[in-house]
Amino acid sequence: MRWLSDPLLTVDHLSMHFGGIRAVSDLSFTAGRRDITALIGPNGAGKTTVFNCITGFYKPTSGRLAFAREGLAELDDVAAITRSARRHARMASGDIYLLERMPDFQIARQARVARTFQNIRLFSGMTVLENLIVAQHNILMRASGFTILGLLGLPPYRTREAEAVKTATYWLERIGLLPRADDPAGDLPYGDQRRLEIARAMCTDPVLLCLDEPAAGLNPRESAELTKLLCAIRDDHGTSVLLIEHDMSVVMNISDHIVVLDHGVKISDGASDFVRDDPNVIAAYLGVPGDDTTAEQRA
Amino acid sequence: MENFLQQLINGITLGSIYGLIAIGYTMVFGIIGMVNFAHGDVFMVSAFIALIIFLALTQLLGVSSIYVAIFIVLLASMLLTSLWNWTIERVAYRPLRGSFRLAPLISAIGMSIFLMNFVQAVQGPRNKPLPPMFNEVIHVTSGGAFDVTLAYKQIIIVAVTAVLLAGFWYLVQKTPLGRAQRAVEQDRRMAALLGIDVDRTVSITFVMGAALAAVAGTLYLVNYGVVSFSDGFTPGVKAFTAAVLGGIGSIPGAVLGGLMIGLIETLWAAYVSNDYKNVAAFSVLIIVLIFMPSGLLGKPEVEKV
Repeated sequence: MRWLSDPLLTVDHLSMHFGGIRAVSDLSFTAGRRDITALIGPNGAGKTTVFNCITGFYKPTSGRLAFAREGLAELDDVAAITRSARRHARMASGDIYLLERMPDFQIARQARVARTFQNIRLFSGMTVLENLIVAQHNILMRASGFTILGLLGLPPYRTREAEAVKTATYWLERIGLLPRADDPAGDLPYGDQRRLEIARAMCTDPVLLCLDEPAAGLNPRESAELTKLLCAIRDDHGTSVLLIEHDMSVVMNISDHIVVLDHGVKISDGASDFVRDDPNVIAAYLGVPGDDTTAEQRA
Repeated sequence: MENFLQQLINGITLGSIYGLIAIGYTMVFGIIGMVNFAHGDVFMVSAFIALIIFLALTQLLGVSSIYVAIFIVLLASMLLTSLWNWTIERVAYRPLRGSFRLAPLISAIGMSIFLMNFVQAVQGPRNKPLPPMFNEVIHVTSGGAFDVTLAYKQIIIVAVTAVLLAGFWYLVQKTPLGRAQRAVEQDRRMAALLGIDVDRTVSITFVMGAALAAVAGTLYLVNYGVVSFSDGFTPGVKAFTAAVLGGIGSIPGAVLGGLMIGLIETLWAAYVSNDYKNVAAFSVLIIVLIFMPSGLLGKPEVEKV
């Protein structure tokens, strides 16, 4: 129950409306530190909208996204930051960020939230290795003295660059793509591209990794590999994972905590056993007798 | 034969200048998908900046070595022109990002007219001359119908262009900044999610384009010895043609296109008609757009889903 005792991300009354459409309304949940939290629900439930709010692509209509990067945030502290105009504060327990107030690149850079998309968004013109190096842009940029020292090829930059290559190599080994490091990323087969995206997100050294349907289109063997990779990310690297996934074998296997959405509203929240038997969830997925609208949602 | 060789030398010199300007067009287009029509005028402004600094150095401060003077002029002009273009981007283009597609284009045309009129107002409408310099020539051949000559300034132009392009290529291919630019070019949103400051990267792209345009402006001034407020337009459009010919978005393409436009223009002027040399250059634009819209080295546009 780490999502209650040590929440990393606390979503409070999040709403996202597009004109008259309420994609997400009044959603509250928490994601525990070093948990794999799954966000599931039928198509159109608003899962990706939640991701877009967390990673700064949408400004939520209302609500708060409090991110306690290092340790447990006192409720009073969070309330104090909320009242002020600030987006970040350093407390005794560590840094607290209000993600809804930050632009996207700072969510990635400062709060250290990384994400992947439903569709593959590798830089297909760059090599596999370059994709992982570009994810370490900020460290390299600083080490290169905003390019000037880097242009001269001074030693501090050289060292940092070598480290970046080492990190990239580590992840390539991890996902078994080391032999293809110098090939254009767009030439890889689909399953490899998906793993490369996760590796690229991990190269930004995230505290929270948001994965939008990472198992979509994978064959059973690849899904099993993915499951292993995600567990390793949680256990070996201490990175928390927020996961949108339709493949229930993956979700039920690895999730510490599951949040179920339907029509932009939370309908269930708990450990996998609890959610599996929750009548609300069964109704949302399978429909209830005499209710045609929910039956259509099943897909 | 002598004539051809001489035209080849002249064409490559002119083409180097076009190539330098074309890089500014192609990079900005690559990164934000906008044709910066004010770029030609930024080039013109840089030539004026170079002129003013050169005169100040030689006449007020009494710098006697022309090589030292030109070197300082080059650096100062790059710096100040970059500042100009950075400001232009902040004022005229950034607020319109995310607006409809034509908005920044219209804004760019407005900025182009503004720059032209501003320079006309403060510097006057007449040609501004520079004292002739680097007039020494090397005789490549002699004894034929006429001597084929290679002027020092032509060597300087081609050498400066080549050195800058090499440095620039290194910057884009091998530094974190260049990688960030390429990432933003391919997928702006994903780049932001990897922590890249997209707005800053775009600003730097404008600064880099302006720095190269400033080099072109200074070299143009050295080559022709005069500059006027309207001198941005024609070279600007020709450089744009060069960028399209080379494949817009491709940096090597811009240089190749620049050299080709330079050669087409000088050879046409020498062998066909001097009066119609601009027609020849712009016909290339039309022909390329009709038959080869992705240019020589460009990649065909792929619809992103």
